[in-house]
Amino acid sequence: MPADIYLNVAVGGVLTGLVYGLMALGLSVIFGVVRVVNFAHGEMMTIAMYIAVTLFSAFHLDPLLMLVPIATVLFAFGYVLQAGMINAFITRPEHSQFLLLVAMAIIMVNVLLILFGPDAQGVQTSYSFDSFQFGRLIVDATKAYAGIAAIVVALALFVFFRSTRVGTAIRACADNYTGALVVGLDVKHLYALTFGLGTACVGAAGVMLVLIADVTPSLGPAYTLLAFVIVITGGLGSMPGALIGGLLIGLTEAMAGLLFSPSAKSMFAFAILVLVLLFRPQGIMGKRAAS
Amino acid sequence: MIARLIEGVPRRALVMLGVLLLALIVAPLIASDYLLTVLILILYFAYIGQAWNIMMGFAGQLSLGHALYVGLGAYAAAAFYVHFGVGPWLGLMVAVPVAALAGAFIGFLAFRFRVAGVYFAILTIAVAEFARVGFDHWSWTSGSSGLFLPVAQYSHNDLWLLRGQPVMFYYVILVATVLAFIFCRALLQSRVGYFWLAIREDEEAARSSGIDTFHYKMVAVVISAAMTSFAGVFYAFFYNNLFPEQVFHISRSIEIILGPIVGGIGTLFGPVLGAFVLTGLGETITAVLAAAGIDLPGAKQVFYGICLLLVIMTLPDGIWPWLCKRIGLAERDK
Amino acid sequence: MSALLTIDAVSKRFRGLVAVDRLSFEVPAGGIYAVIGPNGAGKTTLFNMIAGAFAPDGGAISFAGERIDGLPPDLICRRGIGRTFQIVRPFPALSVEDNVIVGALLHRHHVLDARAHAQDVLRRLDLYDKRAQRASSLTLPDRKRLEVARALATDPKLLLLDEVMAGLRPTETDRIVAILKELNRDTGLTILLIEHVMRAVMALAARILVLHHGAAIAQGTPEAVVRDPAVIHSYLGAEDVSA
Ligand SMILES: Nc1ncnc2c1ncn2[C@@H]1O[C@H](COP(=O)(O)OP(=O)(O)OP(=O)(O)O)[C@@H](O)[C@H]1O
Ligand SMILES: [Mg+2]
Repeated sequence: MPADIYLNVAVGGVLTGLVYGLMALGLSVIFGVVRVVNFAHGEMMTIAMYIAVTLFSAFHLDPLLMLVPIATVLFAFGYVLQAGMINAFITRPEHSQFLLLVAMAIIMVNVLLILFGPDAQGVQTSYSFDSFQFGRLIVDATKAYAGIAAIVVALALFVFFRSTRVGTAIRACADNYTGALVVGLDVKHLYALTFGLGTACVGAAGVMLVLIADVTPSLGPAYTLLAFVIVITGGLGSMPGALIGGLLIGLTEAMAGLLFSPSAKSMFAFAILVLVLLFRPQGIMGKRAAS
Repeated sequence: MIARLIEGVPRRALVMLGVLLLALIVAPLIASDYLLTVLILILYFAYIGQAWNIMMGFAGQLSLGHALYVGLGAYAAAAFYVHFGVGPWLGLMVAVPVAALAGAFIGFLAFRFRVAGVYFAILTIAVAEFARVGFDHWSWTSGSSGLFLPVAQYSHNDLWLLRGQPVMFYYVILVATVLAFIFCRALLQSRVGYFWLAIREDEEAARSSGIDTFHYKMVAVVISAAMTSFAGVFYAFFYNNLFPEQVFHISRSIEIILGPIVGGIGTLFGPVLGAFVLTGLGETITAVLAAAGIDLPGAKQVFYGICLLLVIMTLPDGIWPWLCKRIGLAERDK
Repeated sequence: MSALLTIDAVSKRFRGLVAVDRLSFEVPAGGIYAVIGPNGAGKTTLFNMIAGAFAPDGGAISFAGERIDGLPPDLICRRGIGRTFQIVRPFPALSVEDNVIVGALLHRHHVLDARAHAQDVLRRLDLYDKRAQRASSLTLPDRKRLEVARALATDPKLLLLDEVMAGLRPTETDRIVAILKELNRDTGLTILLIEHVMRAVMALAARILVLHHGAAIAQGTPEAVVRDPAVIHSYLGAEDVSA
């Protein structure tokens, strides 16, 4: 095998990893602020993927153009779910929250199954087989676009949290819940907003992922797991951590698929997770909470 | 001994328990084949739910990877049967230690390195996923193409080799469920049971009361894993085929824990009640949909999910604590 | 009299802050000893080090002649030091009796023995009638008493009490004072207590240590300590200590 192929696969893995990272970023933002683990995260991503696939097959709308509209739809979806159902559970024990979200996940997977059937679906854009060449490095156009879009969305989110008033208010809620209540912040609204932002991230990630991979309803749980692995690897609640975790896992999976067998990919991702849990439980970028 | 077990239990509860047990004992006489299969499924989930409840309901450690212990138990016994002709009861001698070791491994890593709460839950998922991929590639257990136990038409029931008709399996799992119930009751009334509850309630306060929390959490994981592995052995010999993709899958782990959460976590009746309610619910939905002529893959799960949502939103502590108040059994906190 | 507990040049820092600063003192066996001092003086931090919640950064702690600093909390409890938490932490979903049984089981292997012992302890602390209630349903003073009961049930030689009388009415305070005196007299239990309620301290303690910024600014009999100008200046201030 020529040495080039390693580099090409590695770059492809990193780009895919960025999209994973964006998905995980959504999970991380939700957990970091609302303190709820979104066990329906991957399922929400498959919803976004199906919306993109349907728009493409019915109206030939390019997924990249649909990025913002679909993310907006997912935002509304997340906002309503949080405000309507999840908010009542934020003070309940973990297993209660878990059951609530698992029930939602079951419904999502199976509604998709009823609507779209069990077979894999995907999109074939005009640029699906294009690639860029830099010297001996060859990069798939779809992966390049997806990776770049992931970075742009993540940056937009950073800016939102750092420099807008609402973003600052959300961070205040995350740091000090009672304090936020005391100073009169509308915590319920801010939580719903955060949840919506998290699902918007996952929506955006889903739209880009259809450029790279096909979707089936049963992929939801696998993506949920992947998001957990990434977020814990990167540091739960850390925004850069989610991207770096995604990058690392994407790279690992790509290299493992090349060097071993594609079906053993997830084993390596989980191996990384276990190592991180044991030796750096706060994650690569996480701060250690007082134990 | 028996006096201790029923100490403090209201008379009405004992009577109800007796009636339920009697009904379960005579059920095969009147139940159709279909109903018998459903009852087997219910008892199977009641049994595993009880085992899982030891870890979560008693000791407060949320495991989302119990399919690991089911799978290890199933594969250990099945592989020894297929390769060496070793029967399931002897196979248990392998299955139980293997699962217990896996539990000890997870427990040791997590509790030594202070992986707790959500992190612990995800570690348990990760190890189960590890096993799933590992078994997919292990040729001794036929990898992803599945391990099959030889089957034939059985004219008589061979209890020793667990080969025979559903009635035999029914009584096997009934006995196991009853024993598990009694065992858990005994545990709750023992020293270790008190220590577990203390750890569940407040680990630091428990340590300051002299409890070696590492040790007792390990005991909980190991007992829970060992008990769960029996369900795996049962599964293997009842269904006669094993696929890593199925037995180790995260959705199996979730299935296991829905019953005890819906029934009432930490209670003895929760897992049993939850198994009846959820399995009953699933079968009812299937029947109703069939009667209505709806044949959509996924429709059943959608209704099932909606019912789960309704239960968790209206009865966050589970059905049993609520039912207790309704039927006037002032349940103490266990 | 020999010392049951010896604190020798013990220090604890939290990042930049020195919470306890090379503190030394001895608690004689069989006595009641009080630690007082303003908020943030390092009293609870001192208890946490004795009880093993965290290890000191320097110095040595000996109990009954053996080093215990750095041991985990469960081993320290096993050796005979029982503690309460300033911010109470009973086991909320368990009954009052079960809370105390957990403590009693430390040195008893049978639940029945433990229950009998727990009931004795509950009687002593006037909690017997509430034994079937959930701990979470108790009032704060009762929860504090429950913590004392749970610690006491582990059969300690030394009992560490962190502000168990805060928030009590004077009659309730007197009752606890009487109970603690009785315990000390009947069982020879050594008590080390942190307390802001001077009325209780004066009634109970044979010796007082005054902590300020992590260091002892005075030690001695109650009468001597309350007259100490440094103590009046930094802690007691205008408070009426004759109460
Ligand atoms: N775990 C901790 N991490 C960081 N700082 C701490 C910690 N525990 C205590 N401190 C700090 O150490 C100092 C001493 O605290 P400590 O709780 O020992 O005071 P105290 O004398 O018990 O006060 P009070 O009378 O209010 O209970 C305080 O400034 C406190 O903020
Ligand atoms: Mg204090």
